Amino acid sequence: MTASAFTSPPVVEVKNVSITFPGVKALDTVSFRLFQGEVHTLMGENGAGKSTLIKALTGVYKIDSGAIIVAGQERNFSGTAAAQEAGISTVYQEVNLCTNLTIGENVMLGHEVRGPFGINWRRTHAAAKVALDKLGLGHLDPRAPLNSISLAMQQLVAISRAMVTKSKVLILDEPTSSLDAQEVENLFRVMRRLRDEGVAILFVSHFLDQVYAISDRLTVLRNGQLVGEYMTRDLDRSELIAKMIGKDLDALKSLGSNRAAYHRPPEAAPLLTVRGLSRKGSIDSTDLDLHHGEVVGFAGLLGSGRTELARLLYGADRADVGDLTLDGKPLHLTSASAGLANRIAFSTENRRDEGIIGDLTVRENMILAVQAKRGWFRPLSRKEQDAIVSKYMAELNVRPADPERPIRTLSGGNQQKVLLGRWLATDPKLLILDEPTRGIDVGAKAEIQERVAQLAGEGVSVVFISSELEEVVRLSERIFVLKDHRLIATIDNGADVTADTIVGIIAAEEHAA
Amino acid sequence: MSENPNRPLAALQTLVRSQFFWGIVAILVLLLLNVIRDPGYLGVRVNPNTGNLSGNVIDILRAAAPILMIAVGMVLVIATSGIDLSVGSVMAVSGAVSMELLRALNGPNSVGVTIVTVLAALAVSTLLGLLNGVLVAYVGLQPFITTLVMMLAGRGLAKVITNGQNTTGKSESFSWIANGTVVGLPVIFLLAVIVVVLVALIVRRTALGLMIESIGINPQASRLAGIRPNGLLLTVYGASGLLAGIAGIFVTANTMTVDVTRTGNQMELDAILAVVIGGTSLAGGKFAIGGAAVGALLIATLDKTVVFLGVPASATPAFKATVIVVLCLLQSQRVRALFRRRRAQIQAQPDSVTAVSTEAEGVVR
Amino acid sequence: MSIDTQERSLVAQSGSRIGNWFRANATTLPTYAALVLFIGMVVYGEVAYGRILQYNTVSNLLINNAHLVILAVALTFVIVTGGIDLSVGAVIAFSSVSGVMLANAGWNPYLVMLVMVVVGSLFGLASGVLIQYFNVQPFIATLAMMFLARGLASMLSTQPERLAEDSPIRSLATEWKIIDGEKVNDLMLTPNVLIAVAVVVAAFFVLHRTRLGRTVYAIGGSESSALLMGLPVVKTKLWIYVISGTLAGLAAVVYTSRLGIAQNITGIGWELDAIAATVIGGTLLTGGAGFVLGSVVGALVLGLMNVLITRDGRIPAAMTTIITGGILLIFVLLQRAVTARRR
Repeated sequence: MTASAFTSPPVVEVKNVSITFPGVKALDTVSFRLFQGEVHTLMGENGAGKSTLIKALTGVYKIDSGAIIVAGQERNFSGTAAAQEAGISTVYQEVNLCTNLTIGENVMLGHEVRGPFGINWRRTHAAAKVALDKLGLGHLDPRAPLNSISLAMQQLVAISRAMVTKSKVLILDEPTSSLDAQEVENLFRVMRRLRDEGVAILFVSHFLDQVYAISDRLTVLRNGQLVGEYMTRDLDRSELIAKMIGKDLDALKSLGSNRAAYHRPPEAAPLLTVRGLSRKGSIDSTDLDLHHGEVVGFAGLLGSGRTELARLLYGADRADVGDLTLDGKPLHLTSASAGLANRIAFSTENRRDEGIIGDLTVRENMILAVQAKRGWFRPLSRKEQDAIVSKYMAELNVRPADPERPIRTLSGGNQQKVLLGRWLATDPKLLILDEPTRGIDVGAKAEIQERVAQLAGEGVSVVFISSELEEVVRLSERIFVLKDHRLIATIDNGADVTADTIVGIIAAEEHAA
Repeated sequence: MSENPNRPLAALQTLVRSQFFWGIVAILVLLLLNVIRDPGYLGVRVNPNTGNLSGNVIDILRAAAPILMIAVGMVLVIATSGIDLSVGSVMAVSGAVSMELLRALNGPNSVGVTIVTVLAALAVSTLLGLLNGVLVAYVGLQPFITTLVMMLAGRGLAKVITNGQNTTGKSESFSWIANGTVVGLPVIFLLAVIVVVLVALIVRRTALGLMIESIGINPQASRLAGIRPNGLLLTVYGASGLLAGIAGIFVTANTMTVDVTRTGNQMELDAILAVVIGGTSLAGGKFAIGGAAVGALLIATLDKTVVFLGVPASATPAFKATVIVVLCLLQSQRVRALFRRRRAQIQAQPDSVTAVSTEAEGVVR
Repeated sequence: MSIDTQERSLVAQSGSRIGNWFRANATTLPTYAALVLFIGMVVYGEVAYGRILQYNTVSNLLINNAHLVILAVALTFVIVTGGIDLSVGAVIAFSSVSGVMLANAGWNPYLVMLVMVVVGSLFGLASGVLIQYFNVQPFIATLAMMFLARGLASMLSTQPERLAEDSPIRSLATEWKIIDGEKVNDLMLTPNVLIAVAVVVAAFFVLHRTRLGRTVYAIGGSESSALLMGLPVVKTKLWIYVISGTLAGLAAVVYTSRLGIAQNITGIGWELDAIAATVIGGTLLTGGAGFVLGSVVGALVLGLMNVLITRDGRIPAAMTTIITGGILLIFVLLQRAVTARRR
């Protein structure tokens, strides 16, 4: 951090900003400051408000109250272009560039060099090369298509856009989720160089190690409110975690390990055997077994292939090759409905786009899979529907308890519970849950985790996928570790296994390659 | 939903929001205009010999029959977030097949010939609809382009079938479909009502309606929930073709001639308008067959009113198009937000990643 | 090192040199394919029917399809952003009918031509506003405009409206003999053809040499990304529909000046021809890639197809719409196959 950091006024100051959406206060009088020449990390659980704050700074959302002050002037961004003109550039997790254009075009989009005859491409590409060179990407050919380079490279290209526009502030939203260790180091090298040149960098990440490696200061949000602004060196990890999840840390700790409640008899025949399962671009050849009444966790970094593998086990995607058997009989998963017919159920991580049918009621959403299984010709009677709906709404504590509301009016956590009800209603033998507790308040989290443990006790095989390694460790009997679209290790859970064990496995794999 | 202490107000709100309300109001307004012009407009006479009913209202019912058919087909297709621009052309093809077959089989007094002709015409129409369905469901083409091509190719097909002629056919029983009566009421309307009721029963008494709405609202989530969209899409497009075929028979049986240029011309406009008036959103999802039926009745009333009031008929398409535009505006989020007096955020969902309008992805699928 | 990982992922992705080359040139390949198709058709026509590769055939091809070329350019702008404009044919009908009626009523002919173009712009603006500000899907908005324009044209007149013989508007269709060949085999040009060429050149310039054009491609690639990159997405999308409408108005001028007659049923099916020309020329119907020069080739392919069909004599005229539709379907299927592979 440069010496001038605290003596000069902040380059961005957020003062008592609130943003409200229908039904939820996403930001509640949040204030924070960003200085020149620092790397500042924004921390918080899912749903804490980080994403909303970033979008307010980028001009995507309008603020309802409070002020955003950039370089001493209060700004009211009319859109993304206005924020960029004010000197704020953002690079998102999905690297929002245009893959149909070339690298140089992407870098210079909106700022191409113009001459008397329109855009001068020679000079534009030259300027692109200069910007790329600043970030160590000088070897790239600006005329090559963007989709010819890796995602990590694309991310750096996105950052070089910020350099073209001479941004004062660079916001990086979860940039490392799909990067390997080498690429992360590269990114950090670039970030440090930019910081030393005086750029203010706002970094959002949930990887604690990375946060501690790169940040100068931290701001913690929880439930849309500011918890505090801290110097990184003044806060140790457990304190940070405590601040992020609040006093409920104890509640989570008390859940302890539910694994003791059930333990599969070692000689039971497997429910599902998988041999040589693979799909181009998703998963390399994988072998695994799943047993009745067992909770298996899939652990790995984002982009490691957990969701892809899960989808293959359900039939949401079709594998290229692979032999599967279910209870000894060959299993052909050609579609999701094939999965359902075999009493497999899959709860997606992307509930908004792949989970809820927004305009349909809670009731209709909940019975949908059961109905789909029965086919269009045999509709569920009102009585049957009511039975399912009342059972699961009570069991899962869905609020508000009105099944005729359109599901989109429910909060994220309750939507997740309705979806869980949808899958439980199909009475599955194998239940695959992809990020079931993402974006849910801690109370609901605990409820869902308990239910998972219960299900295993009843003999259901559960696959539990979560990016929170602590959760996976807490619940699973066995843990499959995935990395780069491969299953790299299977470990039996035990007293000595922690989140760090898994991280260690993933890191070790890197060096071996 | 919101607690409403004022019961009559709540009842009124539900009434206004119902699928039938605006359509029925509009029909009543038009009828009123006619009555003002001629106080005896609504009079229904009974022919003492045949017991047949006749009068302006009966004429409206007759005219509504084909529109009811294509409107019901269209509402199912639109519910899946698709569109069928080819219904008018399929009507022409159906008419062309009918007339050519009647002429070729030459059995003006044979009911058997009529039955064969009807079946043939419906088979061809359904086939065209299924072709649309295959291209949309299995090949994944956008519905508007598929049915646009079918619209133009279909009319070409009708011309090829009749060799460019406006073929006339002779058949008493075929003509009876459009001109006959049962208990004094026009057969054509009774048939139409039966078909509409049948479709409504099939769709709402089974899970078909729910599944159609589901894939219209969110195709990915529906697929993951175990719904298989392909069969459903084939069904709705095939049904649309079939219903257009029925409409084509209705229209041609009326005059016993098929006009390869004019039959069914621009009737997709009527179908879409009926659907939209009936409260179904053009973006797909929840749909209302009853509403579309009322919309069809409204269009028939409108057509007749225009003629009755002496307004040049050439103005109606422009008027209908304007109404569609206005209804699209009313259905749009922006205008809805205005009415609810909520401050429009650029985007409203908090847990979206980059939830900006994806109009560029404006694929209707 | 980072270069290593890049190399590794590149190799993992492509698998072969040819695959790499394919992907790098994937956007231009279809345009070359269209060119090859055109040349192939010329050769076939010359062999099968003769008298194709000669001056007057080429002249007629250009003169008779100038309006279609302009429409294809218009649709290219719109389709590259991932939208569509179904109203162009109907706009031509309304524009030409109103134009001829105004000219016959004694209006200044040059003013009339301007009005015809502006009428197109207004329809385009209406579509753009519906799509951009009211979030109506492009095909619905332009479909409604199509019905509206045709309805308005029918309100004006259902009979063919004849342009006065001496109207200066017709002068746009005067044929200039460039090369005098034997008998009727002359190379002719009309001002309309020059207008079409000018439109193509201007479109090329806008799409490849202006920020507006680059934004058009960006929107087609990913509208959300373009928005987040700070590009003027809203303005640009409005502009392309205005451009499309304006060019439709211009096409009306070009067509009416040649034919001298305007009718409310003019232009039925022309939106399909324009879309087909654009798609044949290599523009992806889903947006993000496309070349205006390719659309020109596509328009000429369709024009040549018509010539060949007439020359053949065995195929009834009613089949042309079926054939155009069939060709369009085939090309769209090919596009889908190629893009599916790429992913």
